Parts: sequence; structure tokens; C-alpha cells
Amino acid sequence: MSPASFNPIILSLVTFIPAVGGVLILLIPRRDRDIKVFALLISLLAFVVSVFLPVFIRRDPNPFKFEIDQPWISSPNIHYHMGIDGISVWLIVLTTFLTPLCVLISWTSVHDRVKEFFILLLLLETGLIGVFTALDLFLFYFFWEATLIPMALLIGMYGHGRRVYAAVKYFLFTMTASVFMLAAILWLYAKTGSFQFAEIQNAIHSGSVPGFARASLPLFLGFFIAFAVKVPLFPLHTWLPDAHVEAPTAGSVLLAGVLLKMGTYGLVRFNLGLFPDEARRNAPWIIVLALIGIIYGALVSLVQPNMKKLIAYSSVSHLGFVVLGIFSFTTAGLNGAVFVMLAHGVATGGLFMLAGILYERRHTYEITEFGGLATPMPKYATFFLVTVLASVGLPMLNGFIGEFLVLSGAFQARPVYGVLAATGVIWSAGYLLWMYQRVFFGQVKLDVNKALPDINLREKTALAPIAVAALVMGVAPLLWLGAIDPAVQAALAPFAQLTAKVVGQ
Amino acid sequence: MTIATNLLAAFQLPAGVAVPPAEDYLRILPEIILSVFGMIIMFVDPLIDEERNQKPLGTIALVGSLAALVSTFVMAAHEGLAFSGMVRVDAFSVFFHIVVTAIAVVVVLTSYEYMAVQRIRAGEYYGLILLCTVGMCLMSSAVELVLIFIALEISSISSYVLAGFRRRDAASSESSLKYFLLGSFATAFFLYGVALMFGATGSTNISDIRAVLGSPNHQLLPYVAAALMFIGLGFKVAAAPFHIWTPDVYEGAPAPVVGLMSTGPKAAAFAVLLRVLIETRAPGWFWLIWVSAALSMTLGNLGALVQSNVKRMLAYSSIAHAGYLLVAFAADRSLAVSPAMFYSASYAAMNVGAFAVVSHFANAEEKYVTLEDYAGLGAKSPVLAATFTFFLMSLIGIPITGGFFAKFYVLNSALKSGLVGLAIVLVANSAVGAYYYLRIIVMMYMREPRGEVPVSAPPLSAILAMTICVLATLYLGVFPGRVLDFTSQSSHQLVESYAPPVAPSSGQ
Repeated sequence: MSPASFNPIILSLVTFIPAVGGVLILLIPRRDRDIKVFALLISLLAFVVSVFLPVFIRRDPNPFKFEIDQPWISSPNIHYHMGIDGISVWLIVLTTFLTPLCVLISWTSVHDRVKEFFILLLLLETGLIGVFTALDLFLFYFFWEATLIPMALLIGMYGHGRRVYAAVKYFLFTMTASVFMLAAILWLYAKTGSFQFAEIQNAIHSGSVPGFARASLPLFLGFFIAFAVKVPLFPLHTWLPDAHVEAPTAGSVLLAGVLLKMGTYGLVRFNLGLFPDEARRNAPWIIVLALIGIIYGALVSLVQPNMKKLIAYSSVSHLGFVVLGIFSFTTAGLNGAVFVMLAHGVATGGLFMLAGILYERRHTYEITEFGGLATPMPKYATFFLVTVLASVGLPMLNGFIGEFLVLSGAFQARPVYGVLAATGVIWSAGYLLWMYQRVFFGQVKLDVNKALPDINLREKTALAPIAVAALVMGVAPLLWLGAIDPAVQAALAPFAQLTAKVVGQ
Repeated sequence: MTIATNLLAAFQLPAGVAVPPAEDYLRILPEIILSVFGMIIMFVDPLIDEERNQKPLGTIALVGSLAALVSTFVMAAHEGLAFSGMVRVDAFSVFFHIVVTAIAVVVVLTSYEYMAVQRIRAGEYYGLILLCTVGMCLMSSAVELVLIFIALEISSISSYVLAGFRRRDAASSESSLKYFLLGSFATAFFLYGVALMFGATGSTNISDIRAVLGSPNHQLLPYVAAALMFIGLGFKVAAAPFHIWTPDVYEGAPAPVVGLMSTGPKAAAFAVLLRVLIETRAPGWFWLIWVSAALSMTLGNLGALVQSNVKRMLAYSSIAHAGYLLVAFAADRSLAVSPAMFYSASYAAMNVGAFAVVSHFANAEEKYVTLEDYAGLGAKSPVLAATFTFFLMSLIGIPITGGFFAKFYVLNSALKSGLVGLAIVLVANSAVGAYYYLRIIVMMYMREPRGEVPVSAPPLSAILAMTICVLATLYLGVFPGRVLDFTSQSSHQLVESYAPPVAPSSGQ
């Protein structure tokens, strides 16, 4: 059987392997070890199948690859329509890449209600992948909302101290914001009679949607609010530090690694894809918010005494770069934005895993509780350094490529954006390296830290892929950008026409 | 078009015909079966040693309700009018028969354990459930206002009695009495509306009324009639501002009965409301519905926020859900029926399921019904907690559940009809509503278990009841297609095919 014969079902496979695995776990008796091994195998299987996607993506000439389009419900006209392009393909691989690592990192840190934990984790993975594959707006919303409960339960059941508060806050923020998107989707359906992304896009671009001129701003904002909360864009970010600090390690990894990218992915796919005019009109204030996010996130990170909170605020800063890149409407900027999404997923995911490893040993995230850890835990310190440098944006590691592209895009759009955003890079070097110094260098101050065991084989297995990915993405970014660039060009095509129109007048 | 020809035949009934054709009896077969089984229970009850148990009576009720459910297919095969045009079998009435009898099946299954645990020894309980179901079935197929009123009374009176079955608890008696007094008051309004409608149109038959009201020159009378009938039915569906009784009655009544009351009579009353407001083309109720929907959603959700008793919370939630459902009524005629029907069905599936869990968990004397009692249920009984979570997710409106699709479908109709204001109220309320359902989930999973609250493993009957509800909720959420075909067909029959088609108002 040739790979092509898998084309129509491969996306369904990747999406639903984890969920089916999750349901199968229900049937496994409560022997924790079996459940963990099974969850690991399922998540690895999903990863292996998903690697198919980038390998064969260029063989499909359509704008959306591996498409599957089946009528699901006849009235309202809803289709089971999936397909991916160069942007979503890597986000899917990022999801399937991080999930097995999450399983590994939770091996011993989760000891209570293990069965539920892995069921929720796998269900969450299906929801996340589904968001990136859906090309029907109903299906998209379906998966979007389906991620809510598993993530809220992961935080609320397995988190730390104020976990319930964090879980409820996360749930209410994202749920409330996404109903605005639902209203916008339904408005579009009422006018176009379709939930199909491509059909709606065509209808809007050809100007055949009645009343669109008046409604386009509310529609744009409806989608934008849902995505901005998820990203999170300043000032809607307040749920994120709480969620991160209280979430279990695996929850934080998926939250930072993938969940936030649902928002930025949505901005690219829907806000740019459906409403190019509004996107252009509203870009200035969105960019200002992104810049505030970059600088504010970095400054708040600088003063955090809590390691996890520091990483959480650094996400606000990094995701600001993504939004800046997206709304610069330049090829470099958008390529960079997509690359930052991936690089941030790997590096920040890695940082959360590292913080989790430390928490398992000391049950605290306070930076002042540590110091001189390089002595008892040299291997751990090495992995930590690589990940920190990747996050800081050191050349040859993955953070650099994305931020560089975003900054060059921002300079093209308006130099002042570039200048302001570039300070964010400096701040990030500051807070991360300072944190590294306080945790790892110097004398071991506290006696408890002297005997801390270094990372074991399982933890190494979980961390090594992060380090390798950070390095490979930094050295050979074209492997990724090769697929991303055509999709970015396609996404920016309407903006080129817009510019032409403006110039033509 | 068998229905159209049947309708014609009904108008040309030869005078003096006394004996309805045999086919007519097939058209009310579910009602007949339910009544017969209900009476069998009443007869057998004294013959059974009450001190032992009532399993045999429950089994008779279960067989009866299952037989009624199956017989709806016989009924469906005989579309058309029966009994001089008083009863009509169409996709609409078949749909509600299936919903209502399925509710009865699940409620009977839930009651098995409940009756034993509460040590309620009264066989007529099962008989009353079946008779209540007769009334609800008849409400959905009656197309004559007086018959509708009789059906309404059959179901109401049975449920007044059912509400008082926890005889040892004063709250239950209060519940029953309150329900009875306010309920009779509300039915009086309905009856007054029927009388005025008769005065305005000279008929109590839905088709005749429709023919009269179809002509443009209206007097004041039909407006008043529609408003009065809405008050009567608004009470039954617990729509604000006629909702005051709901929390007290739901709190006091036995939990399985609340499962029945909050779904069955509600679905049936919504069916009647669809008939008397939409099929008759009665005028002037748009703003009534609009205000009532907005009020129900808001008051229901705000009320639920502060409850600590789960039954009361679900009572307020049922007010809110009545509001969501009424939003569909405010939509354009052609868009209203299908989402309203779908919503009734999915609300029935999830709410009966939720009450099945509450009934099982409540234990003797319904001791454990507060929010705190649910603390740590996720650790003590993972399956029960997961089941409850699933129903609560559906009530919130999270995907893969029927509740999600139902709400989506209603919102879709509202926006298509240009009801932006009501849509905003709905959306805002969904966000508020999420909070209190989430509180239960938080309690179950994120709080330390309380040792003194025992959780027993549910018996087979309760497991069956919950499984049916889970599967129904899942089916409606993931594969709503077939049900939607059914509801669209009903909508078509109800709105269009009985009168010259009117140009649908545009969705601008």
C-alpha cells in the first residue's frame, strides 16, 4: 500500500488515536504501571503516524493537504472536514512530540488517580490536534471547546496549592471568550449557509456576503477575543500565570507548548484568513498590545521569585513576538511567528519539564530555595542550560531563528516596532540567565540541596528530545520553514492584493 | 400526502358517525398500553405484600413503558387524524411520544433502587408514573384544545401526587401542595385562554383556528387568548416569571420524580406551546416569549449561582434551560420548531441522567443532596463522578454532548432570525451558567472526600438508567443527523403543509 492511500484517513488517525487510547485505558484495570506504559505507547503511536504528515506534505498539490470532507450533519450543513497546511502540520507534530514527553515526565509525579490523569491527557491531545486539523468552523469550535474540560480537570485535580482557583479561572476566561467566537461563526453561517472555511473565505473575498461591510468589525473582534484570551495577549493574560503555577508539569507543558498556540493559530487562520481588511485596519492597536506584552511580560518575569511563574510570564513575552509577527503582515514576520510558536513550544515545554523535575525533588519553585545546583546535579544543569539558551534566543538554537525573523518583519513594517520588540530579547536574556545563575551557580547554600539526585534515565529520555529538537531546529530551520513558507505566502496573498489596491488608487 | 388527504377526510366526516375506525385506536396505542399497565398496577398493588418489596410492580411499569415505547412505531406507521380530528399522528407527535416514553422507562429504572432505599411502600407510585406519561403523550398528539386541556390535567394531577411521595418529609408535602395549588391556578389560565380562543375563532380545533387566524383582520381576543395560554403553559415549563414554585417543589419531591417532572411534562408542554402558538399562527406573542426567555435564562442562572443544595441548583438550572429553549420560539416560524424539539430531547436525556445520579447518591431520607456531600466523589466512585460530570458538561454545553449541539442549534436559529439581542443574553447566560455546574465538578474532583458520606455501588437498574442517558446524550451530540431529519420533517409539517405557504421572513 502506498503512503498516498492513507491520505484521506491519516488526519483522522492522528486526531483520534489518542482519544481511542484514552477510552481503552478505561478498560484497563487500575494497575498504574500498565496504564502508564499503555499511555506512552499510544502517544508514541500518534507521534509516529503524525511524522508521516510533514514527510509527505509536499506531494499533495492542494492548498490544504490530506483533506477529508464528509457530510456530518445535513441541516445545519456541517461537514467532517479536515485538512492541513504548512502551518498546522508542524503544530500537530509539536503536539504529538510533546505528549509522550508529558507521559514520561508524569511517570512518578502523578501517583494518585493515575488512570484519570492519562485519560484526560490523551483526550486533551485529541482536542488539540483536532483544532489544528479542522477546516469546518463547527468542527473547529467543537474541538476548541473539547480541550476545556480535560485541561481544567488536569489543573484542578493534579495541581498544587490554589489549583481549584486556577482551574476555574482558566475555564471561565476561555469559555466566556469563546462564546463570542461561536456567535461570529453562527453569523457567518446565517449569511453564507456554510461552515466550510474555504467557502466562507471565498464568499467574503468575492463580496457576496450580505451585510458584511457593517458586521466585519464585530466578527473580527468575536474571533479575536477568543484567540487573544488563549494566546494570551495583554491585558487578557491574567489567567495564565495562575494556571501555570498551579498546573501539574504535564499540564504546564501542554498549556505553554500547544494550548497557547491554538490562539495564535486561530489568529493566522481566521482573523487573517477571513478578515484581511479588518486585520489591517486593527493591526496598530493589536501590535501595541503585543509590544506591551513583550516588554511587560519580560519585566514581570525579571522580578518573579517563583521559577514557574517566571517561565509563565516569559510565555506572555514570547507569545507577544508571535502576535507581532502575525500582524506585521510580512513574509518574514509571519514565518518567524510560526517558527516562534514551534520553538517556544519546545523550549518552554522543556523549561516546565525541568522545573517539574526540581519540584518533584524539593516540592518548591522558589528560586531562593536553590543555588549551586550545578554541583549535585550536573547533567540536569546541562539540560537546563541548553533549554534556557534556546529560549533566550542564542544563535544555533531554535529561539534565535524565530525571533530574528519576527524582528526583521517588524522592522519592515515599522522600525519602531522592531526597536521596541528587540528590547524584549535583551530582557529575556536577563531574566532567564539571572535565574539560571541564582539556581545553579555559586555554593550550595542549603543542606537539603547537597544530596539532590541527578536526573535518572527516564528523565534523560524525556529531556533529550527537547535538547535535540532545539539544536536541529536552530541549525536547519529550513526543514521547517520549507513547509511553512508556502502556507505563509498563501496566507499573506490577500494582503499583497490589498497593498496593490491601495497603491493603485 | 396521506396527512393532507386525511385532513380533508376529517373535514368531510359524515354526520352521525359514532364508531371510530379501528385504525384510530392504533393511533393512540402508546396511550392505551400505558393506561392498561397503569391500571394493572393499581389492581395488583393490594395483592402484593407491601412490606416485602415492590419490584414486581416496578417490573410491570417497566414492561408497560417499554411496550409503549415500541408501540410508537406502530403508531408512526399510521399517520393521520383520529377520533374526529382530535388526535393527529405526525412526525411531531411521534417524536414527543418517543421522548416521553423513553423518559418514563429511565425514571422507572431509577425508581427501583430509590423506592427500596427510601422505604416508600406504595405501589401506586409506578401506576401514577405511567398515567402521568399517558397525559404527556396525549398532549403531544392532541390537536383540539379541550383534549389538550384534559391531557394536561391527566399529567399534572399525577405529578402533584408524585411530588408528595416522600411522606415522612414535610418538605415533600409542602412541595406537593405548592405544586398543586399553583398548578391548578395556572391551568385555570390555560382554560380561560382556550375559552377566549373559542370565542375568537368559533372552534377549539387547531386547524380551524389556524384557518381563522390566517386571515389578516384580528380582533383583540386572540391576542389575549394566546397570552393566557402562554401563562398556563409557562408555569408547566417553569419559565420566568411563572417559575417561583420550581425550586421548592424540586427540592421536596423525590429525586426520580424530579427527573420526570423537569423533563417529561416540560417536553410535552413545549409541544403544546408549539401547537398553540406556532401551528395556529396565533398573533402577538413574540415579545411575551422574548421577555420570558430572557428573564428565565437570567433569573434561572443567577438563582442557581447561590444554591448549595444540588436539587435546588438543578431546579434553577431547569428554569434557565426553559429560557434557552424559549429562544428558539422567538425565532422565525420556519426556524423555531426543529431546534425547540431537539432541545427538549437533549435536555431530557441529560437532565434525567443527572437526576438518576442524584437519586442514587441521595441515599435514605435524601440525606446527601448538598454540594458539600459531593466532595471527593471523584476519588470515592470514579465512574459515578465521571457520569455526573458528563451530564454536567452537557448542561454547560461542552462538545460531544447533546446539550452542546442543542444550544448551538438554538443560537443558530436565533441569529438566522436576526435576534441579536436575545442571542447575546443567551451567550452571556451560558458563561454564567458554566460556573455553577463547574462548582459541582470542582467539588467532586478537587476537594477532599468526606468520610461520613457513604457511596454504594449502583444496582443494575440504576446503571442501566444512567447508561441509557449517557448514550442518548452522546448520540445527540455526535450524530444528531437522524434526529434532526426527524425534527425538520416535523417542522415542515407543523409550519407549512397545512396552509398555503407564506413567504418565509428573511433572515436579515
